[in-house]
Amino acid sequence: MPKILEKRPLTPITKLYKVDAPLVAKAAKPGQFVIVRVREGGERIPLTIADYDRDEGTLTIVVQEVGTTTRLLGQLEVGDEIRDLVGPLGMPLEIPVEGHIVGIGGGFGAAALLCLMRELRQRGDTTTIINGAREKDLLILNEELTEVCDNLELCTDDGSEGFHGFVTERLAQLIDGDGPGRPDMVVAIGPMPMMRAVTETTRGKDIPTLVSLDPLMIDGTGMCGGCRVTVNNEVKFACVDGPFFDAHQVDFEEAVRRNKMYVKQEAESKDRTECRKLAVGQV
Amino acid sequence: MPVKRVDKTPMPERDAALRSHDFEEVNEGYGIAHAQFEAERCLRCQDPVCIEGCPVRVPIPDFVHRVASGDMRGAAEVLRASNPLPAVCGRVCPQEVQCEEQCSVGIRFKPVAIGYLERFVADWEMAQPPVDVTVKLDRAEKVAIIGSGPAGLVCAGELARLGYPVTIFEALHAPGGVLRYGIPEFRLPKDVLDWEIDQLRKLGVEIVCNVIIGKTITMDQLMGEMGFSAVFIGTGAGLPSFMGIPGENLNGVYSANEFLTRVNLMHANDFPNADTPVMVGKRVAVIGAGNTAMDTVRTALRVGAEKGMIVYRRSDKEMTARVEEHHHAIEEGVEFHWLTNPIEVLGDEDGWVTGLKCIRMELGEPDASGRARPVPIEGSEFVMPVDNVVLSIGNKPNPLLLQTTKGLESNKWGCLVVHDNSSETSREHVFAGGDAVTGAATVILAAGAGKTAAQEIHEDLRA
Ligand SMILES: Cc1cc2nc3c(=O)[nH]c(=O)nc-3n(C[C@H](O)[C@H](O)[C@H](O)COP(=O)(O)OP(=O)(O)OC[C@H]3O[C@@H](n4cnc5c(N)ncnc54)[C@H](O)[C@@H]3O)c2cc1C
Ligand SMILES: Cc1cc2nc3c(=O)[nH]c(=O)nc-3n(C[C@H](O)[C@H](O)[C@H](O)COP(=O)(O)OP(=O)(O)OC[C@H]3O[C@@H](n4cnc5c(N)ncnc54)[C@H](O)[C@@H]3O)c2cc1C
Ligand code: SF4
Ligand code: FES
Repeated sequence: MPKILEKRPLTPITKLYKVDAPLVAKAAKPGQFVIVRVREGGERIPLTIADYDRDEGTLTIVVQEVGTTTRLLGQLEVGDEIRDLVGPLGMPLEIPVEGHIVGIGGGFGAAALLCLMRELRQRGDTTTIINGAREKDLLILNEELTEVCDNLELCTDDGSEGFHGFVTERLAQLIDGDGPGRPDMVVAIGPMPMMRAVTETTRGKDIPTLVSLDPLMIDGTGMCGGCRVTVNNEVKFACVDGPFFDAHQVDFEEAVRRNKMYVKQEAESKDRTECRKLAVGQV
Repeated sequence: MPVKRVDKTPMPERDAALRSHDFEEVNEGYGIAHAQFEAERCLRCQDPVCIEGCPVRVPIPDFVHRVASGDMRGAAEVLRASNPLPAVCGRVCPQEVQCEEQCSVGIRFKPVAIGYLERFVADWEMAQPPVDVTVKLDRAEKVAIIGSGPAGLVCAGELARLGYPVTIFEALHAPGGVLRYGIPEFRLPKDVLDWEIDQLRKLGVEIVCNVIIGKTITMDQLMGEMGFSAVFIGTGAGLPSFMGIPGENLNGVYSANEFLTRVNLMHANDFPNADTPVMVGKRVAVIGAGNTAMDTVRTALRVGAEKGMIVYRRSDKEMTARVEEHHHAIEEGVEFHWLTNPIEVLGDEDGWVTGLKCIRMELGEPDASGRARPVPIEGSEFVMPVDNVVLSIGNKPNPLLLQTTKGLESNKWGCLVVHDNSSETSREHVFAGGDAVTGAATVILAAGAGKTAAQEIHEDLRA
């Protein structure tokens, strides 16, 4: 079982883990993900491979606590083992365009840009990362991101750091030639509304755009079809055909709707884990 | 219990009204008296045609005779020598089109209940104190098995008995393939599967879960730096087909694989004690009429559906499910809509399933498969109000391994190509069997393929 070697809180609900997983680290490529399960009877959830070190045999994952499994994961400490971890899953990200590549991250998404942008920069592309959050304290990994790209652009909704506004507003300025200038390609990873907004910002501007879809998954091997999304009017299994797709062809409405399939059960499950935690705390 | 000799000794079953709300096994299994009584019905024919009906040629009269004479250990040995998964096959083989179809008693009466007897012997064996099965794994050549379904499990066991160190790699977090995630507890208790897997572990077979060959490790790595001399591919046919009708991506539409996996592998029936949920409304329509469809519709009832329906474009005569499953489904109150073809899934404004639009069919001329081709009756469209639709219209082999492995030939259905009825693939020292080669088939065929492949691998490594 993969052991946790390092744990670092990035925000009150976001944690970074370095995990010992030599086989996965050796095979991993930017854009791929793993599926983890943290306890017997637990759910299998997908997490992006934020970074990997082949020599060390480690993976970096960044987890935002939103429900039962991500919270249980958040309680694991250095030295603990993750019960099940399988990967790397999905297709490695291919960036067919050369030139100025802009990666946009929101929430845990910024983490997923680490290995990708480093690789692109090594390839000779000009790389810009737009990292956005609600406020200064929620911006994650600024230091690490600075190291892997040419230009790091920070945005906060409240203006407490960097550009005052949404990542898409800053992106629009770049498209108009501001700062590092017009992107030749955009890659967005983060919450669905953000990715959707980015998609609309680049639509019709002749800027190829990729987004990382995050449907509910179980096996991650193409066996269940639960992760199906519609892209260019075709049904795709995000776990094997994705998770990155041509943003301008994605049926976002369907993707958002399908992700809400279990909101009631998710809330019930989360309440229960909270109660249990409370109970343990009281003993 | 008075039983006429012309009939099969009935299988003790749990009451339909009770069992359709839980996951305990439906068939309770013969007691020793049932078994010996039934075994006595065997005529011990000179020419035992039943054996011809069995894909792995179980010496049926031999083991049945031993049951009749009370030699259960002997029966178990005979059985296991030819079929390494008797407790599973006794439960899930379609006996009515295999051994029992051939049985001579069946010409005038009901055939001998070969499947029930097979299960009895295997269950007897499991209930005995454990015997030492360890062997010396002292051969130099290591063999890798990809996939832990019946094909992989059997191949691993046979090779270990021949003395080879064997490692099984499984993509999921638990071994067993379809026996784990597909066939439900009420038909195949997971204890039975766990016992078989335990036997393999005792034999010294290493089972590594959470490794996908082609993703985590490539075939080249396996046969190169990792030092495996031969590989068996038993990756099954786990890629679900969809119909391509409008509304298929509405909330509440599942593939049978997803629905069954949520329950069997992830234990959604125990939500919220287990973390994975499954959405089941009052009315569930399952499209298809194979074993998977029956398992799905009966599972739906057990996780809370009030009405479970089978919707199938052909008639009951073309149904591919085991007869027993069909019977059990009827007893449990499943509704059957034969000659009914779904053409659209309807939903509400929030995207949840509300109905299934279907068209009625009639049978026409036989098609390529020899079965009567169903043709739509014009103007017969109607809407069935449903809350869930589960598609159970077949599975294809998973392309993951093929995508990343050079030199592996496959056909247009994605099945691995093997040479002249052997298990040899187009790549040296790489063998394959089970659903990955045949497309979705049966447990006994997969198990048989695993066994043959083990022999071929043995010969290959000795050459
Ligand atoms: C390819 C892929 C990569 C991902 N990478 C990461 C990552 O690197 N870090 C990370 O923190 N999360 C990532 N996610 C999302 C993560 O898998 C979900 O947050 C997780 O499954 C939630 O599980 P839970 O049990 O904690 O919460 P649940 O109880 O399942 O859900 C709680 C809340 O989160 C929402 N939610 C659940 N699943 C998703 C989802 N897939 N996408 C968006 N919202 C969801 C629910 O609607 C609900 O409101 C990724 C998802 C995919 C498909
Ligand atoms: C719901 C259902 C009910 C059925 N009922 C019956 C029945 O009553 N009677 C009957 O005879 N048959 C039945 N069948 C069919 C039968 O289960 C299959 O024919 C049989 O399981 C095939 O065995 P297999 O070993 O070839 O593959 P599988 O059982 O499919 O196992 C393949 C395994 O390989 C793993 N795998 C795949 N790719 C990789 C990879 N790249 N790396 C590592 N692991 C991998 C998969 O995760 C899986 O665990 C049923 C099937 C289903 C789905
Ligand atoms: S393995 Fe199947 S076909 Fe063969 S004897 Fe047993 S039940 Fe009959
Ligand atoms: S998660 Fe099951 S097919 Fe993608």
